[in-house]
Amino acid sequence: MLILECPYCGVKAEETELSPGYEAHLKRFGPGSTPEEFEAYMFARKNPKGVHFERWRHTYGCGKWFLAARCTATLEVFGTYPAQVSEPPADIIAKIQARRPDWRPDWKDTK
Amino acid sequence: MKRYSVFAIAREAARYHLGWERAWASPEPRASYDAIIVGAGGHGLATAYYLGKNHGITNVAVIEKGWLGGGNTGRNTTIIRSNYLQDSSAAIYEKSRSLYETLSQELNYNVMFSPRGVMMLAQTHHEVRGYQRTAHANALQGVATEFITPQRVKELCPILNIDGPRYPVLGALWQPRGGTGRHDAVAWGYARACSAMGMHIIQNCEVKGVRSENGQVTGVETTKGFIGCKKLGLVVAGHSGQLAEMAGFRLPIEAVALQALVSEPIKPCMDVVVMANTVHGYMSQSDKGEMVIGGGTDGFNNYTQRGSFHHIEETLRALVETFPIISRLKMLRQWGGIVDMTGDRSPIISKTPLGNCFINCGWGTGGFKAIPGSGWAMAELMAKGEPGPLAAEFNMWRFKEGQFIDESVAAGVAH
Amino acid sequence: MSTRLARGGRLIDRTAPVEFTFNGKRFRGFRGDTLAAGLLANDQMLVGRSFKYHRPRGIVASGPEEPNALVNLGTGARLEPNQRTTTTELFDGLECTSQNHWPSLDFDVGVVNNYAARFLPAGFYYKTFIHPRPFWKHVFEPVIRRSAGLGKAPTQPDADRYEQAYVFCDLLVVGAGVAGLKAAKAAADKGQRVILLEQAPVIGGRAPVDQTEVDGQPVEAWLSAMEADLLARDNVTLRTRTCGFGVYDHGYVLADERVADHTPGDGRPKHRLWRIRAGRIIAATGAIERPLSFAGNDIPGVMLASAVRDYVVNYAVSPGDRTVVVTNNDSAYQTALALKAAGLDVPAILDARETADGALPQAARAAGIRVLTGKAIAKVKGGKRVTGVAVCAQAGEGTVQEEIACEAVAMSGGWSPVVHLWSHCGGKLLWDETISAFVPDPKRPPLNHDGSAMVECVGAAAGDLDLSGKPAAIPPVWVMPQGAPVQLRNKMWLDYQNDVKVSDVQLASREGYVSVEHTKRYTTLGMATDQGKLSNINGLAVLAESLGEEIPQVGTTTFRPPYTPVTIGALAGEARGEIFQPLRRTPMHAAHEKAGAYFEPVGLWRRPYCFPRAGETHEQAVHREVLNTRTNLGLLDASTLGKIIVKGPDAGKFLDMLYTGVMSTLPVGKCRYGLMCNEQGFLIDDGVVARIDEDTWLCHTTSGGADRIHAWMEDWLQCEWWDWQVYTANVTEQYAQVAVVGPNARKLLQVLGGMDVSKEALPFMQWADGKLAGFPVRVYRISFSGELSYEIAVPASHGAAFWEACMEAGKALGAMPYGTECLHIMRAEKGFIMIGDETDGTVIPQDLGLDWAISKKKADYLGKRGQERTYLASPDRWKLVGFETLDGSVIPDGSYIVAEGVNANGQRNTQGRVTSTYYSPTLKRGIAMGLLKHGPQRMGEVVEFNTVAGGTVKARVRDTVFYDKDGEKQNV
Repeated sequence: MLILECPYCGVKAEETELSPGYEAHLKRFGPGSTPEEFEAYMFARKNPKGVHFERWRHTYGCGKWFLAARCTATLEVFGTYPAQVSEPPADIIAKIQARRPDWRPDWKDTK
Repeated sequence: MKRYSVFAIAREAARYHLGWERAWASPEPRASYDAIIVGAGGHGLATAYYLGKNHGITNVAVIEKGWLGGGNTGRNTTIIRSNYLQDSSAAIYEKSRSLYETLSQELNYNVMFSPRGVMMLAQTHHEVRGYQRTAHANALQGVATEFITPQRVKELCPILNIDGPRYPVLGALWQPRGGTGRHDAVAWGYARACSAMGMHIIQNCEVKGVRSENGQVTGVETTKGFIGCKKLGLVVAGHSGQLAEMAGFRLPIEAVALQALVSEPIKPCMDVVVMANTVHGYMSQSDKGEMVIGGGTDGFNNYTQRGSFHHIEETLRALVETFPIISRLKMLRQWGGIVDMTGDRSPIISKTPLGNCFINCGWGTGGFKAIPGSGWAMAELMAKGEPGPLAAEFNMWRFKEGQFIDESVAAGVAH
Repeated sequence: MSTRLARGGRLIDRTAPVEFTFNGKRFRGFRGDTLAAGLLANDQMLVGRSFKYHRPRGIVASGPEEPNALVNLGTGARLEPNQRTTTTELFDGLECTSQNHWPSLDFDVGVVNNYAARFLPAGFYYKTFIHPRPFWKHVFEPVIRRSAGLGKAPTQPDADRYEQAYVFCDLLVVGAGVAGLKAAKAAADKGQRVILLEQAPVIGGRAPVDQTEVDGQPVEAWLSAMEADLLARDNVTLRTRTCGFGVYDHGYVLADERVADHTPGDGRPKHRLWRIRAGRIIAATGAIERPLSFAGNDIPGVMLASAVRDYVVNYAVSPGDRTVVVTNNDSAYQTALALKAAGLDVPAILDARETADGALPQAARAAGIRVLTGKAIAKVKGGKRVTGVAVCAQAGEGTVQEEIACEAVAMSGGWSPVVHLWSHCGGKLLWDETISAFVPDPKRPPLNHDGSAMVECVGAAAGDLDLSGKPAAIPPVWVMPQGAPVQLRNKMWLDYQNDVKVSDVQLASREGYVSVEHTKRYTTLGMATDQGKLSNINGLAVLAESLGEEIPQVGTTTFRPPYTPVTIGALAGEARGEIFQPLRRTPMHAAHEKAGAYFEPVGLWRRPYCFPRAGETHEQAVHREVLNTRTNLGLLDASTLGKIIVKGPDAGKFLDMLYTGVMSTLPVGKCRYGLMCNEQGFLIDDGVVARIDEDTWLCHTTSGGADRIHAWMEDWLQCEWWDWQVYTANVTEQYAQVAVVGPNARKLLQVLGGMDVSKEALPFMQWADGKLAGFPVRVYRISFSGELSYEIAVPASHGAAFWEACMEAGKALGAMPYGTECLHIMRAEKGFIMIGDETDGTVIPQDLGLDWAISKKKADYLGKRGQERTYLASPDRWKLVGFETLDGSVIPDGSYIVAEGVNANGQRNTQGRVTSTYYSPTLKRGIAMGLLKHGPQRMGEVVEFNTVAGGTVKARVRDTVFYDKDGEKQNV
């Protein structure tokens, strides 16, 4: 039963107020993309056992989508941030690295 | 292997059962094998078994991180059915179900396959049409199902409330030869049979890396050292993503939690398996008397084997509404498993970018029922290097060009 | 015999006698008794039968760890199977029956299993019942099922109700014993919001029985002062009868409050489920005493030493005149002293240790009790109750040295800290050799959302057994005597309820089931309703011993919620019946109910399926509604239709991405049909879009799709095109909508009066604002039936009145309401697709011949790339056509079109399927649409649809429009 703080309204939202939306920082591939690019965009989602960036919507609150950095192995939350960014903010990265010294940023990995 | 029978038990009883031998051996690994299966769950053990039985390959090791059968094989609600819509699904699940029919005799281990019948309730007109479609598809696929009336539903399962105020039962898709099995026994029975063929089941041995040269796997690095192999089969359900990463490719898979629970045991009151998809819950009664209950998955990546409790509450609300008598029973135990979900919610039994490496995963929430068929198809793929008809459409590249095997087709609610 | 003592009993109120029945026998007890205490007070030693061998079973424990003494409590709609007598508070009129026997508790036929026990070792069922094959389903399994199960299955819906509530705190303390009370006070002193839960009706835990003083004060005085102190504080909530049964991630704890279990039918909820979010959790859950494994340790009268003490001190119940105490530690001496203090006889204390010189043993000797060290029980004598024990040396193989007559045996094999709450979210354990028990490993706690430790154990739960006067050191004694031969081990019970014995665990290990989990699953050890509270550690130790390994190497067991079983009704809560899920009703719902509508659920909505009249079947009603609408006038409540406003400078651009067609060019005042696909390219929704003004569009969605599509829009706007200036609002519930359909539709609007709805003023596919009969309306001239049709939106608050006005004015015009099924048939007659019928998540618009609604000019729209994939662009896809059966019959719903031959898996080949099939009352024959391979190129061909029975139905391929092909009727 997760609690995630909505970065818009500041509410520490309980999981039942939220809708999950899977991997964050996806780059959309539309017409003109190669079959490999399109397949990767649609299906080859990151599935790490560890630090993961993901989308959540504060559905039964302010209605906003936001992003969270969370560990899929322990359910620790490193932070949440607005969805209107293409990569995680530096303070979130710092928080992750403080708790997971071995972790390397991977959100730009090509798939 | 000493045969199990009532006579063997009588013989052993005289000496207080001191003469039973180990069900399976626990050897130290050899330097290399003809084939290594990673994952000693039901699917992995069944793959090894059919490699030996159907293809004569017995120099096989099944490597397991923990204890055999300890993943989803030992964590599911034991439902066995094959009333699927799409041809390729129906083919492999029906193959599986038919193998279950004789599995106890074949393995000389009672897996307690109980073809007590599975019904899937239709509680909206939309669902009625959806299940009638499945019944018509099944008729052409050789899967015996029928769409039955609410009165027949009530006769088959008297504790079911068919006149609920919100979602009265309008009928059901009924598969009389569907049912349940004893999940642990399936893993143990296969393990014992594999061991009897001389295969090695190596528990408490974690794979830490996959070694390859020129696009061919040469072996696996494990906590018990390097073990070489000519062929590698990855059959690790929730951890498939991790293993694929070690082998250097990515799978269209996400790992999420699926939960289940049982009630305290009560005297028999439910002889069939009931699935109520409109309200999201399913239930059967085990031979011990526990009501075995499951529902939907969580919606986020999770490797903890712990789900979110509100899903349990939703499932129980749905089932109290469907079976009002369970309200005063007690939840005895709840647990979670990690299920591997693909883009179309159908499994992958496939070659991989590595020539002699094969993968079997993505069974999502429905893997137990598929164990024999999955093992059969995977063994064929590993032995021949090419999929047979059962596995052909379950290749991992199907997503690229949109060739889905989508079983969730009745999902859209319209008007 | 067990009986009530004349004096004492700190929890009972002798001025408040209560009557209860057990198996129909009338018994007396007192307020404050547990049911178990009440039964013992009436010499009811035999209370149940075990699961497998149907052995006689008595009360073993005094708390939730009780494995044996479970009863069917109550009757009828208040029957509760498997109720623990040790935690059930006695109330006047309580009725209960024992479980798992036939025909009676005293004479149980199932006990033949006991005599056949040699043939029924652990896992016997895996080795037999294999042949002949059909026998499992038809013979073996039914027999096994009958004999298994414990309590009776209820036959009636629950008469009680349940509540659920949320609550938050800085610190949650579970367990109001001394350690828990101190932890709560310490946090409260710091100003924290504290919740303190206690599963029992009273606080104090074991202290009042096991200790004389706390912090230098007499126990009772200390507890009263503490309780008064905590109750006086605003920042502390103390809740008794409330079991914190599960710890979940991020500080979420569930607790079950037994509100009215002891006052059934008083109108209060039976239970209340507390959903607690705690900043930090302290588990002050104490420890549970372990049984000892000696032959006959399951005979009624063999009890935990602590339980014997509880019954004597708390309830003034004597387990028998003579009680033999057997132990491996000092704590059981307290039992001997308590019995002695109550005037009862303790013929001997059998201590497995070679020496026993602590304060308690010395006190026992001083009290004149015979203490025998290095001794063990070779065998308990008796059947349905204890008659005596045979004594032997612990070091030996069980040679009997002496027999002692007694009525009860009080045993203590040490104590296991209750680490369940620590473990639920992954807290790890350490083996503590001093006390022979698993304790929390403070270095590996369960983690909270911020990575901090979420749970802390204190007191006995942390292994600090001293706190409650229990011994600092407990040597391991896992089998008694240590060299017991198999004949004795075969009679030593580990799991009383499931009949798992020492010999069973040893068999499992012999057969290679050496992982703890394998052993548990193979033998069913710890799988009973007590979840191994008494048996797990003993079983693990026996397993380790037979493997020749240390206990921590063999492993530990996993503790899963709930700590004690929780009533399912409490977890389901109040959402039952009509309010099982939120119910959405349109503003006209009451009118439909009055008109006798037959409703169907559509998502959370409920819509009229049809309006049957007296004597009409649903089918007859639907056909009447179709014919009346086509000849006169039909009214449909279309309020559930999704309505989403999309507004802003970039709204047109956005809609062009969302829909396959072009919406940005739609002139103000006009309507256009649109299709939405997901990124895969599959059709997910459709509806009419109206341009309201320069930067505002109103998108109609399907009824089921409104919320989903609105969320979908927001997803794209917030996460992908966040720089586009677009606002959306889901106004579905803000408007009621009425479809006025049929040749008399315009006449009705003219009768209502107020705006010009003529063909010229309001042509097809346009909309206009205005007034009708004084109501503010927006009229859309659109049609889903092929008839002259207006869809009229009014503010939701006017919906009911407007509907009534339409019905009233329509009387003279032949107006009748119609439902969803009539709507379906009329749209099928016109060849209009329905999301969910023609589509199923795998269908693209091109499959449905909707290419005209897909822009060829746009560079991009959601789904365009997906549709370019070879499998979706294939010319071999099944495409939509119409069908009419050769004999006029209706093609069965869901039928497939067969093709020649079978595929590689032996399945009959197919080439298409029906998607909509109806009897058309208008055409008086079956009509259908469906998908067929190369369909549009095969007009006139005859194909065969399958039936479930194995036959086929022949039908001719045709176009999809069965009615008014030129659209003349809707364009008048």
